[in-house]
Amino acid sequence: MDNAVTAKKKWWTGGHSPFNVSYGKLMMWYFLISDAFTFGALLISYGTQRFMAEGWPDPNVVFHSFPFMGHANLPLVFVSLMTFILIMSSVTMVLAVNAGHYMDKKAVVKWLSLTIVGGIMFLGCQAWEWTHLHEVGAWWGRNPFPNADGTAAISTNFVDFFFTITGFHGLHVTSGVVLNIIVLINVLKGTYEHRGHYEMVEKVGLYWHFVDLVWVFVFTCFYLL
Amino acid sequence: MAHTQNASDRQASIKSIWKTFWILLIVTMVEVGLAFLHLYSGFPGKLLLNSIFIGLTIVKAFYIVAEFMHLGHEIKNLIWTIMMPLLLFIWFIIAFLADGDSWKHMRRNSPSAPLPAEKVAPAHGGGNHH
Repeated sequence: MDNAVTAKKKWWTGGHSPFNVSYGKLMMWYFLISDAFTFGALLISYGTQRFMAEGWPDPNVVFHSFPFMGHANLPLVFVSLMTFILIMSSVTMVLAVNAGHYMDKKAVVKWLSLTIVGGIMFLGCQAWEWTHLHEVGAWWGRNPFPNADGTAAISTNFVDFFFTITGFHGLHVTSGVVLNIIVLINVLKGTYEHRGHYEMVEKVGLYWHFVDLVWVFVFTCFYLL
Repeated sequence: MAHTQNASDRQASIKSIWKTFWILLIVTMVEVGLAFLHLYSGFPGKLLLNSIFIGLTIVKAFYIVAEFMHLGHEIKNLIWTIMMPLLLFIWFIIAFLADGDSWKHMRRNSPSAPLPAEKVAPAHGGGNHH
């Protein structure tokens, strides 16, 4: 009997590693499932409130600013840039994981560093957006935006959900950046080269892609719909 | 893991990563393009537009999970272990959105019905309830 399931098999037929992944990666997947339900619950409660509400602000009116562009009306442009940055950092992360498969330390350092830069740029964009919205009077419990149909807002649900959900996502990006920095330090120290594999890069990679995945849904729910 | 892969294998895997990147980028650009089209011409209608947005979001989610997170290349046991619990979301979404909608109609149809915790007072001063 072989110890691990070979990639050719479609279903487990016995052996030691039914999922053909290491314990650590499997546990990361289980954590991500639970985190998916947390984000899902937040987004679904947002949807429920929106379906209950008689009126709701128009995202193209709320999110229309771009740094250094003054009062120019640019709906969706800034958040598209943020989305691009996050997708790009996902690509550099998967390139770092790929380089790790080939024990290419130099390439892992390069791509992981770029991923960290992308994460910090995304957080910078979010900080600007929050600051801007705060300046125009939006915060938890303070909704300056009229409804899309022109009537005055009668609840603060929109801003409450926006700041809570993008804030929770930003917290995930922040912890992802911290984890990436820790792993980068270990790569530079040669810890994984010594260990014989770069699986730790894969594990933080899974987390990082999940953060990107959540953003895809946040982008749709808050900015497009 | 360190297999005995050669340089051409590596080239091929890097190529497929960039392919996924272009798919994600183009889908996002289509979404933003449609949003602008709707903004300036009113076409496509809001219901069709939102259906397209949700469909494209699921396309992007599929590519991130299957390619970037590599789930598409794992064995089926793992794929199903992860996907089955997430199927609960289908009912989760339908049930809660229907509930929200039914609340709205209940409030409209019977003014004497109990109000939810959120205060639905006549609009004055932008909804500051503290």
